[in-house]
Parts: sequence; C-alpha cells; structure tokens
Amino acid sequence: MTTQALRRPRPARSPWLHVAMVPVTLLWLSPIVFVLFVAVRSYDDIAGRGLGALPASFSLDGFTTALTQGGVLRSLGNSVLVTACAVVASLALSSFAAYALSRFDIPLRRTVLLTMLAGNLLPPQILLVPVASITAALGIGDTLTALVVVQVGFGIGFYTFVLHGFMRGLPNEVFEAARLDGAGPGGIFWRIVLPLSRPSLAALAALATTWIFNDLIWAMTVLRTEAKFPITAALLNLQGGFSSAWNVVAAGSLIAAVPTAIVFFLFQKQFVSGLLVGANK
Amino acid sequence: MSRRLARVPLLVWVFLAVPFVVEAFWVFWPAANSFSLALTRWDGIGLAEPVGLQNFRDLAADPIFLTALRNNVVWVLGFGGLSVVGGLVLAVTLNKPGPLVSLYRSAIYLPMVVSLAVSGLFWRVMYAPDGPVNGALGVLGLEHLERQWLADPAVALWAVLIAAVWRQVGYIMVLYLAGLKGTDGTLEEAAAVDGANAWQRFWRIVMPQLRGVNMVVFAVTVIDSLRTFDIVWAMTRGGPYNETQLLSTYMFQQAFTTGNLGYASAIAVVIFALAIGFIITYLARQARTED
Repeated sequence: MTTQALRRPRPARSPWLHVAMVPVTLLWLSPIVFVLFVAVRSYDDIAGRGLGALPASFSLDGFTTALTQGGVLRSLGNSVLVTACAVVASLALSSFAAYALSRFDIPLRRTVLLTMLAGNLLPPQILLVPVASITAALGIGDTLTALVVVQVGFGIGFYTFVLHGFMRGLPNEVFEAARLDGAGPGGIFWRIVLPLSRPSLAALAALATTWIFNDLIWAMTVLRTEAKFPITAALLNLQGGFSSAWNVVAAGSLIAAVPTAIVFFLFQKQFVSGLLVGANK
Repeated sequence: MSRRLARVPLLVWVFLAVPFVVEAFWVFWPAANSFSLALTRWDGIGLAEPVGLQNFRDLAADPIFLTALRNNVVWVLGFGGLSVVGGLVLAVTLNKPGPLVSLYRSAIYLPMVVSLAVSGLFWRVMYAPDGPVNGALGVLGLEHLERQWLADPAVALWAVLIAAVWRQVGYIMVLYLAGLKGTDGTLEEAAAVDGANAWQRFWRIVMPQLRGVNMVVFAVTVIDSLRTFDIVWAMTRGGPYNETQLLSTYMFQQAFTTGNLGYASAIAVVIFALAIGFIITYLARQARTED
C-alpha cells in the first residue's frame, strides 16, 4: 500500500493541501472582502468603530454618493468608451499587420515583427513627455481621442506578434483552395483568416480590455480635465475629495473593478490563454 | 529580391504599412524624442535649451533620484522575488485537478482583474491606522507591531510592495501552471520509482524542464518592476518624504507636477537603459520560438 502510494501520488486527496490552501485563499481574498465591508457600512459606523471592524450597519450611501456626487458614473462611461474603441481599433490594425507578416514573403519579415514587439516592451516612461506634446501639437490634447490613439499605438506591437504566431499556424490548404476559387488577398483575409483567428482574437480582446480599462498612466499623461478622466484616474481624485468618507472610496473602487471582473468571469478561459501568450513554448 | 517583392500584392503592403506607421508615430518617434529631450532643459512652454549631459550629472547628485534608484533595486528583488517564489509554490501546489483546487486558483488570480490603481486603494483600506491589518495584529496580541504602514518611512515601501505582490502572484502562477502542464510526467514517476523524494524530483526533474518559462518570468518581472507606477501613485505618490519614490513615479512627478521635462526625460532614459537588456533577452527568446 505504501509503495503504491509512493508510485502514484494522489495529492488531491491529501487533506494537507486544503489545510494549507483554505487560509491562504481567505487571506488572498481578504482585501476584497474588507473593501466590500467598508463599502456597505454607514459613515457613522466607520467613523465610530474603525475601518477594520466587521460591519454593524448596512447602507448603500457609499455607492449612491460615489455614483452621483463623485462622478463615478461619468468616468465609468469614459472608460467603457475608450476601452471599446481602443480594443476594436488595435485588434483590427494588428490583424492586418499579422496577416501581411504571416502569409506573405515580406522582406525582413522577422525584423519588422520583432521591432513591432519591441515597441510594446519599452517602458512607457520613455514615451510620456513626447506623447503629451505630440497630442497637444495635433490639437487632440486632453481628449478621449488622444487616449484611444495612444493606447492603440502602444498596444499594436504585442497584438500583432501574438496574432502572427496564430495565423502562421493556419493550414496552407485552406489558402490554396481559396486562391483556386479566385479569392484575392483581401477576400482571403475577410472570409478565411479572420473567422479562423477567432479564438486568438477573443483571448487578446479579453486581455486588452483589462489592460486598457485598468490603465492609469496614459490617462494621466494625455488628459487634464477631470470630466474626461477614466475611472482609474477619477478614483484617485475621489480619494482626495472624499478622503474621510471611506465608504464612498471603497464603493467607487468596487464599481471600477466590476467591468473587468465581468470580462474575467465570462471569458476566464480566453483570459488565461491570453496571459499565456508568448510564455507557453 | 524584386521577384519576392512582386509577389506581395499592394493591398498587403497597405495592411502592413498602416499599423506600422501608427506604431512608429506613437512609439518609436516619441521614444527617439525622449533621448534628445534628455539633453535639454525644457519647461514645455519656451524653447528647449540644450545642456548636454548636465541632466545626468544633476541626477548623479540628486538624493531623491538616488533613493528612487535604490528603491527600484529593492523593488526588482523584493517584488520580483516574492511574486516568483509565491507564484511557483502555488503553481506546484495547485497543479492538480479538482473543483476545490480550481476555486483556490481562481481566488489567487482574481486580484489580477482589479487594476493596479484600484488595488492601491484596496490596500489603503487594509493599511489604514484603524484598518484590518492593524486590527488583525491587535487580535493576535501583536500590538507592538501596529503602525501607520503608509506614513512610516521605514516600512512604507514594503507595504506598497506587498500590495503589488498580491496582484502579481496570480499572473506568475498562471505562467508556471502552463509550464508544468508541458513537463513530462513519466520522468517524475520514473524518478519516484528510483526513490527520489518530492524535493529532489522537483529540483532535478521538473525545474530543468521549466527553463523556458523561467526565462520569460524573469524578463517579464524585471520589465514590470521598472514600469511600476500606478500602485505606488495610488498608495503614496512617492511619499512619505520620497521614501517610496520609484524611478517611474519620480519621472512622472518631474515631468507633470514640477514641469522639468528635460530632467524627466533624462530619468526616462535611465529607466530605458536599465530595461533594454531584459527587453532584448525576452525578444531573443521570442525570436527563437517564432521559427
């Protein structure tokens, strides 16, 4: 029996795993749980008993204040708008580039591809000052358009690289057949490459959505007017404005986390496969 | 050469050119500009005044810059070390099927969906003077450890670092879980039959097979460490007394709070210089797997 156990370890049945993991998991979730507690407590309860106390009151004041006076609703709208535009535009442009690089004999193909990827790996700090002055010079300084364009420009390299890897693996026979049917390069892209690339596009879309929605530094670089701030930047201001009203700040933070949490739970598989891109070989 | 060119239809050139030009305009051109701005003194309004390498000489004597540089080293080692060790341990522990195990896994990578800025706010709640961290220490009878975590220069950097690790561990775990899936289980079984214990099996059999993932994790961790900005900005803005300043936050402050755009560009060039080696490492690996 003991040799059997040694040869075929079945650690999933061992209670020690759960003995160790249950506390770790609870500890891991504790910041989220406490923020949830703080968000649903009343101001007086927090002021009287401290942030660390368990809830003795239930109130949605934090949420209503954050959404109305705090401008969380407006900034959430800005974030959704920027994210939707930037994700669609960057995936469209990168699928063009990836198609060209993966299915055609472009000279210096590999150099172009790696150069594009390298652009995405640069520390954003090296771009901030010039990007701020370029957007101002183009007359789009302090606009959501600028934020979308900057996000697209910075993300393209990575998305192109990932899509290229996927499109290169598509079977040649499909392309031969389409060419024999008289389809041109544009038709092949639209009718064959895009539909076949749906899994990797979905993974990238899930990943890009969380990245762009969660961005702070680009928003702070190109935007000046508070009314245009996406949720991340707006929350930091909220924290300054309502510094003693922790229930408002906590409620705002939770609202900010909801959209990406939805993406995560709906597309968990795509999300995880997106994270693995570039690392699973 | 011309025959190869002729085979690429015009439309395909357009397909490639448009995204490439967009990236060149918004990434490569600004990056190049930063290098020339680093050699100037510029307030963003008048003309940039060329000062040669003066900004870099000033940096070498700037105590805040030196603090930021030292903090960045602590950050790479602390943030990188803790999240890699934590992620690897969790990956090895949770690399098995089971409904509870997948629940644990989801809990560990759940923080990843919360933005770094919002994570910072979450942890401000945790670290508040009357918050859960001090509360828990009180319950455990460790009152002497209670403190103002984010206002105490001695611990503030580590307090922020722990918050960042909380969010990063899940990502590293996912990378290692994928790596472990690619390892050959029969090798481990054979070693078990030969009497190797779990510790030996891990270091001698599993770890060598994870070399590729290790490389990626290493490069990604260092690149991420040098980029770190949001969570520090959300939690401390570099304070108290610049004790949690990282190169990225100091650069941002110099650029957009103080308005020393040339000096800020010089800091950005330093960040670039520190990152470039790891970027090349990552690229070289991607180039190899791309074939």
